[in-house]
Amino acid sequence: MAQFTLPKNSKIVEGTKFTAEDDVKRKKTFKVYRWDPEGGETPRLDSYEIDLDKCGPMVLDALLHIKNDIDSTLTLRRSCREGICGSCAMNIDGTNTLACTKSIDEVKGDVKVTPLPHMKVVKDLVPDMKDLYAQYESIEPWMKTSSAPPDRERLQSSEDANKLNGDDGHGPAMCILCACCSTACPSYWWNSDRFLGPAILMQAWRWLTDSRDEAKGERLDQLDDSFRLYRCHTIMNCTKTCPKGLNPARSIAEIKKLLASRA
Amino acid sequence: MSEKGTESIQSPLGKVKGLGAAHNGVTHWWHQRITAITNIPLMLWLVWSVVHIPAWTHQEFVIWLEQPVNSILMILSILSVFYHAALGCQVIVEDYFHVEWMKITKLIGIKLFFFALTVTCIFSVLKISFGV
Repeated sequence: MAQFTLPKNSKIVEGTKFTAEDDVKRKKTFKVYRWDPEGGETPRLDSYEIDLDKCGPMVLDALLHIKNDIDSTLTLRRSCREGICGSCAMNIDGTNTLACTKSIDEVKGDVKVTPLPHMKVVKDLVPDMKDLYAQYESIEPWMKTSSAPPDRERLQSSEDANKLNGDDGHGPAMCILCACCSTACPSYWWNSDRFLGPAILMQAWRWLTDSRDEAKGERLDQLDDSFRLYRCHTIMNCTKTCPKGLNPARSIAEIKKLLASRA
Repeated sequence: MSEKGTESIQSPLGKVKGLGAAHNGVTHWWHQRITAITNIPLMLWLVWSVVHIPAWTHQEFVIWLEQPVNSILMILSILSVFYHAALGCQVIVEDYFHVEWMKITKLIGIKLFFFALTVTCIFSVLKISFGV
């Protein structure tokens, strides 16, 4: 039935304020989403005023400074700190991106940090990714062949390799599965139980366009579904928000073209 | 099937695989694109014709519609526009309705509504065209 009010846990209240000392020269306020689903409290935005001279230039540096020096209860994922692992994907200043590659200077005014939109929250900035990983598993992201294995590796021309890596290094194989794109997609928000979303569909295309793979027909069969693939309405949020500069929307369009060509 | 609002102990992969692929997506997508393209010349013709009808009297309009070219183009417009509209409305319902019985009721209702509308309009054009 129609729902006219937000559920209790979608209403965010103002939280605790942490202020910097008066003599701090370069101050910046970070408003960070805090929620523990097991705590029974409403989500809140805690406000941390920090000294930019005490941390590195990126938003992740600031969040780690907050966790290490101001409030150790803040929970977030991070690993590589150089935009290759995808762990620190979150919504910063209204856009899904990686905290480790987002410069604090890019944000005018206070820096609002919330988890990836429309995902279940494990705690604070940590979203529950298990359904997205299950979707990834469902497209069978490994090479499938029926011909006998050669003596050495399966060869691929540099032109074919470029279809995966991209002529400019922005091909579908460069995706780090941070889920910024999928969680920026309204179709994925409304129908993530059945729509695979841009991140997974780009990986589906990565295997469809791999010259060494021999299961294109089966892969297309699994995608020919009005929900799995065709919930994409070319909104383009995915491509706009990708922190790696990739183009999931084009990958989805290529899958649709491939399906139409065999229809 | 939708699992919204319920916590299931089914495995995430089991949930994602669900009932499998329906193998109906490409046909719907293809038909929607084709009718989107056919709508362009047909609607241009309709707008041009409406602007150029000499006088907006019942008799003038009947004389205009009786001409075979206009009757045929009008029937093609009815088929193309209503089929495109039915496909579009189906997408909207699939996007936004998550209560299963409500979704199915609306999807059936949309198909019946546009089918009835198409038959009614084509019958009206033919009646005028053949003057019976």
